[in-house]
Amino acid sequence: MSIEVTAVRKTFGDFVAVDGVTFAVRDGSLTALLGPSGSGKSTLLRLIAGLEAPDAGRVVIGGADRTDTPARNRDVGFVFQHYAPFKHMTVRDNVGFGLRIRKVPRDRIRARVAELLELVHLEGYADRYPSQLSGGQRQRMALARALAVEPRVLLLDEPFGALDATVRKELRAWLRRLHDEVHVTTIFVTHDQEEAMEVAEQIVVMNEGRIEQIGTPRDVYERPASEFVMGFVGPVTRVGDAAVRPHDLDVRTTPAAGAVEAMIERVVHLGFEVRLELVTGDGLPISAQITRQAAEELELRNGQIVYVRPNRLLRAVA
Amino acid sequence: MGALGYLGLILLGPVGLVFYRTFEHGLAAAWNSVTTPDAQHAFWLTVELVAISVPLNTIFGIAAATAIVRHRFPGRRLFDSLLDLPFAVSPVVVGLAIVLVYGRKGWFGTWLADHGIQVIFSVPGMVLATIFVSLPFVVREVIPVLREIGTEQEEAATTLGASPFTTFRRITLPAIRWGVVYGVVLTTARALGEFGAVSVVSGHVAGQTETLTLHVQDRFEAFDLTGAYAASVVLALLAIATLASMTLLRRRGAPA
Amino acid sequence: MLLPLSAVAVRSMDGGLSGFWQAVSGPEARSALELTFLISLIVVAINALAGTLIAWVLVRDRFRGMGTVNAVIDLPFALPTIVAGLTLLALYGPRSPVRIDVSYARVGVAMALLFVTLPFVVRAVQPVLMELDRDMEDAAVSLGASGRQVFARIVLPNILPAILSGIALAFARAIGEFGSVVLISGNLPFKTEVASVFIFGRIESDNVTAAAAVSVVLLVASLLMLAAIGAAARWGGRHEL
Repeated sequence: MSIEVTAVRKTFGDFVAVDGVTFAVRDGSLTALLGPSGSGKSTLLRLIAGLEAPDAGRVVIGGADRTDTPARNRDVGFVFQHYAPFKHMTVRDNVGFGLRIRKVPRDRIRARVAELLELVHLEGYADRYPSQLSGGQRQRMALARALAVEPRVLLLDEPFGALDATVRKELRAWLRRLHDEVHVTTIFVTHDQEEAMEVAEQIVVMNEGRIEQIGTPRDVYERPASEFVMGFVGPVTRVGDAAVRPHDLDVRTTPAAGAVEAMIERVVHLGFEVRLELVTGDGLPISAQITRQAAEELELRNGQIVYVRPNRLLRAVA
Repeated sequence: MGALGYLGLILLGPVGLVFYRTFEHGLAAAWNSVTTPDAQHAFWLTVELVAISVPLNTIFGIAAATAIVRHRFPGRRLFDSLLDLPFAVSPVVVGLAIVLVYGRKGWFGTWLADHGIQVIFSVPGMVLATIFVSLPFVVREVIPVLREIGTEQEEAATTLGASPFTTFRRITLPAIRWGVVYGVVLTTARALGEFGAVSVVSGHVAGQTETLTLHVQDRFEAFDLTGAYAASVVLALLAIATLASMTLLRRRGAPA
Repeated sequence: MLLPLSAVAVRSMDGGLSGFWQAVSGPEARSALELTFLISLIVVAINALAGTLIAWVLVRDRFRGMGTVNAVIDLPFALPTIVAGLTLLALYGPRSPVRIDVSYARVGVAMALLFVTLPFVVRAVQPVLMELDRDMEDAAVSLGASGRQVFARIVLPNILPAILSGIALAFARAIGEFGSVVLISGNLPFKTEVASVFIFGRIESDNVTAAAAVSVVLLVASLLMLAAIGAAARWGGRHEL
């Protein structure tokens, strides 16, 4: 189902958490709400789920205005940051909870739970309690629990935030594949730009309760709509008055038109890539990233004078 | 709101009324009631019981809590759960138990009588009763704090060359002090207010073995209601002071 | 501590097992014990409900004077029992300003026990409720649960061990209560005489064996309650994350 959020505002006391936000996601899409902590992204997610009531604005899900529908009737699957497992219930009872509330017959609950546990790779864990699961397993259980009631939309609050780095990487790819399988309209909240780019089809960048930009991962990376987005979604360096990604710089040892002269302060080898820390005659720092092969061909060393030129500008800084 | 109404009905109404009854015959009558020789003696005897039992229970409490949290010894869990006995046992049963051991016909009765020591119907018995009923408070407040602070700071002090005693005095004690103080407040309140156990072992001799709580009952049964209410107000004021200090201590981050 | 209590057990057996049985099944002793356990059961049930409700209000609601209410909960812990008894008598006795006279009646005994056992369930449930993961409730709501279903299926199972532990402490306190009951009950045998008052009377009349026998019944009940508290704590912690 599609989701349309129109002019939604939410305050907590004096703090404006969401400040007039409007955006839409189409049916079956996978969207990331990306922003720093305190940007209002989690509140926005809770507003869509009905766990918070907006001060103003509308929330439309699947063409129907749901602004005044209580959370329990919204048919929204929600996965909490710390998964909120029902710790006094087994995995089976956790996953079957929404179905029991809907008075689905026992044997059908059993079958559906088995199906979901297979989907999230937790077959054989049905009789365990959440305390006997690892973080990643709890997360997958929470996902199965949310999917059990066949929600119209799936909302995930920092789904990978509480996991360690390796598990995180695995789950990202897995969530992406799961979405291709289940095809439910999904929005997830994250503060990690790499995560947003890797998983989402569409990214909504938020800051201080407002939307900064909506676009594909490539859009927000290559054509950021604001200084904030530019800096938040990736590294930025400045050459003269132009802002550029460090890997979009040509580095050569001979002068060229439009190139800026700089001295190498440090060469940092990062495996496939080499990072150059440069400084211009005016004492301004420039950071450039080139491939190992390019660095070897140029025979770069500390103290050497090089000429750098942007091959792809981000945006002229006003 | 229903919950709050229940509180008013059960808790606040009665206490307010006792203050009213105390002063209904005027301030002078109330003052005279609490300054009779018997009332004064009861007051000082209560203070004496508190002054003996609270420090003893504090030292015991800290030692027992340290033993339970920091040491492994056989029967530790049993010891831990038995510490709560005074919370669960009727004060009258406690009184009876003390009589059966130290009374004239008790286990140590003959030996004590031969040495001219009277425990029952005198102050030593009342001290024992008070210690018994107020025993667990300090332990129960200190144990969670000790668990919480862990052993790292103590180990750090040891590696820096501190002796066990110095470590305890400079590291452990300051860390648990609010727990100890909170426990002391509770112990004091219980020691001040103990009635059943003390009643059994005291013999109720006005001016000799009568504490404030026993004095309340004595005055009530002598139909001296003003006297009973006046002594109650003294005790109630002490209780309110206890509540106030508990609330303050909780704000200081002592365990709730 | 254990020595005196074992003395009670030993003395209760002065007349052998049959003597013990005679002492506790004598009409007055039996009546006192039955009354004690019955009233304690009723009182504790009421305070389990009221205590859970009060704990809920204190943790989940925000209102003026909440700090004061929170402090006042402990009044029965702080107030000497004899003073509690006298205050209850002043309010609900012959000179009651609200024209309720429950003195010398079983209701009076119940009132006294309600007063002294009020804080136990509140203080047991409050911290558990504070620690309870609110996201669990939100998760249940988003899965379609109503307010009542959230309470019955999510909140209650998680605070039940604490409620039971509070009940056990309150029950242990109620069966042994003396000071607050002694004035308001009038101590009428077969009517308002509870076990602790019965024991006290037998000590005064130098019938120590009878006193010890009834004491042992109370002691055993107390020990069972302590065991129940330990069990409730282990049960409550069994699924901690």
